[in-house]
Amino acid sequence: MDISSILIEAGIKIAIIVNVILVMASVEVYIERKVSAWIQNRLGPNRVGPFGMLQPIADVVKLFMKEDLVPKEANHTFHRMAPFLTLVVAVAVYAVIPYSSYISEDINVFGLFTIPIDRPIYLGIAPNINIGVLFILAMTSISVYGITLAGWASNSKYSLFGGLRSAAQMISYELAMGLSVLAVILMSGEVEGLGRLSINAIIIDQGGWFYNWNFALAPVACIIFIITAFAETNRTPFDLPEAEPELVGGFNTEYSGMKFGMFFLAEYAAMALASAFIVILFFGGWQTGIAQSVLDSIGATEGTLFLAFLQLGAFMSKLMFFIFFFVWVRWSIPRFRYDQLMYLGWKTLLPISIVNIVVMAFEYFYDVVGLTWGVLIISLIIMQMMYNNKKRDNNERAIA
Amino acid sequence: MNNQKNTESERLSFWENIYLPEVVKGLGITLKQLFKPKFTRSYPEERWEPTGSYRGRPVLVEEKGQERCVACGLCSRVCPALAIEVQPGSTPREKERYPELFEINMLRCIYCGFCEEVCPEEAIVMSKDYDVVFTSQEEAILGKEELLVDIEKLRDRLEFLHEYR
Repeated sequence: MDISSILIEAGIKIAIIVNVILVMASVEVYIERKVSAWIQNRLGPNRVGPFGMLQPIADVVKLFMKEDLVPKEANHTFHRMAPFLTLVVAVAVYAVIPYSSYISEDINVFGLFTIPIDRPIYLGIAPNINIGVLFILAMTSISVYGITLAGWASNSKYSLFGGLRSAAQMISYELAMGLSVLAVILMSGEVEGLGRLSINAIIIDQGGWFYNWNFALAPVACIIFIITAFAETNRTPFDLPEAEPELVGGFNTEYSGMKFGMFFLAEYAAMALASAFIVILFFGGWQTGIAQSVLDSIGATEGTLFLAFLQLGAFMSKLMFFIFFFVWVRWSIPRFRYDQLMYLGWKTLLPISIVNIVVMAFEYFYDVVGLTWGVLIISLIIMQMMYNNKKRDNNERAIA
Repeated sequence: MNNQKNTESERLSFWENIYLPEVVKGLGITLKQLFKPKFTRSYPEERWEPTGSYRGRPVLVEEKGQERCVACGLCSRVCPALAIEVQPGSTPREKERYPELFEINMLRCIYCGFCEEVCPEEAIVMSKDYDVVFTSQEEAILGKEELLVDIEKLRDRLEFLHEYR
C-alpha cells in the first residue's frame, strides 16, 4: 500500500463525488419544482427535455447569461467572496459522507480487465475519519458566515436583515442540534478500529433489521434533529433569512447571475447534506435494514460488490425520500414568525433536548431498555393531564 | 364545555397545542393533493374553445363573398381607443356604400365591443380569436383582407347577439 495508490484512489473518489453533488443539485431542483407543482395541482416543468427533466440545465444556462450586478456601495471583495464561501463549505462536507460499506473483492469491468483490490475500498472520501460528526457540525456552522457576509457586503438593509437573522437562527438551533447528535453518539456502541465520532462507526452500530436504526431507539433526538435540520438549511418553515414577503430576497437580494446560482446550488447541496445527515444518524445510513444473515443467503456477503450496490441503493433511496420530505414540508407549513422561531429554539427544543440527553444517559448507563420511550409517553400523559386541569380551572374562573 | 374561551391557545386541545400532530395532519393533506388530477391546460397543444359570449378580436362579417359593412362610420365614432378607421366608397350594389378602407389598430383595441354594439348592419362582431400576436407595429394594423371572416365561422357569436341583445 504505497502513497501513490492512496492518492489515485482519493482523486478518483473526489472527482466522482463532486460531480455527483452537482448533478444531485440539479435533480433536487427538478424534484422541488415538480413536487411543488403537483402539491398545488399544477403540472410543473414539462417543456425542456422528456418530462421537463432538462429544465435545471436550462435554468443554469439562463443564470450564466445574466448580467452580474454589484451594488455601487457594496464591498466588492466580500460581495464576491460570500457565494464561494457558502458553496465551498457546502461541498466540502461531502468528504466524510459514506455511500456504502467497503469493497474487498476484485472488480471485474465487463469481463475486459480486472482491478485488483488489495485492501478494503470505502465508498466515500474519508468515511472513517475519527472526527466525522464534528467535521459536519463545524462545516455546516461555517456556512452561515457566507450568508451573513453576503448580507453585510451587499450594503442593503434587506440583505443585512437576512444575514443577521441567519446568524441568530443558527445560534438558537445549533445547541439543540448538537445535543441531539450527542444523544446518538452516547448510545452508539464502540466499533473495532474506529473512533466514536466516526460516521462509519455510527452506521455500523445500526446494523441488523431496520428497527435497530436509531430513530426507534432515540425518537426525541430524531424529531429534534429533523426540526433543527430544517433551520440549519434555511428551508421553510425556518427560511427567515430569505423571507420573500418581508425581505425581498433576504441575503441574496443584491445577487444576480451565477453568483446567485452559487447560493442556489449551495442551498440544494446543503439540503442533500442535511438529508444525508438525518439518514446517517437516525435511519441507518447505508444499512439496508435487512439482517446480514438474510443478505448472506442471497449472496450479498460483506465485501462483495453486490452488497455495496445494495447499500448504495438503500442510502440513495433514503436520501431521496428526505429530499422529498424537505420539499413536502416546504409546501405544507407556513413560515414561523421571528419571535416564534426564537421561542421554539430556546424555550422548547433546548430544554427537551437537555432532558432527553439525561434520560438517554440513564438508559445506556444502567441498561434500561426503552427508558426513553417510557419517559416520553409518561411525560406526554402527565402534560396532557396538567394542561386539561389548567384549562378547566381557567374555564371555572371565567364562569365565576 | 362552554363557549366563553378567550384566546386561541385556550380553545386548542393538548395535542393541537404541542403542534407536531397537526403538522403531520397538514402533511397528509398536501400528500393527498399530490395525486389529484391537475388543472393545468397545456396551452399550445390543448386549446381553449370559447363560447359565443367571448369577446375576442373584432372582425367584419362576410356574407356571400361581400362585406355587410356600409361604412357608416359609427364604429369608428364610438371607439373609445380610436382604433378604427373607415373610408367609404360607392358601389353599384343594392347597398350603395361600402368601405374602401377599413383598418383596426390591434395595439389600440381594448376589446370593449362597443363597435359591435353600435353597428346597425351587424357587420362587425367580436370573434373567438384570443391569441393576437404581431412582430411589428405596422403588422398590428389589420386591413380588410385580415378582418373579413365568413359568416359561418361567426354563427355562435351572432346567435348569442340575437338572443341577448
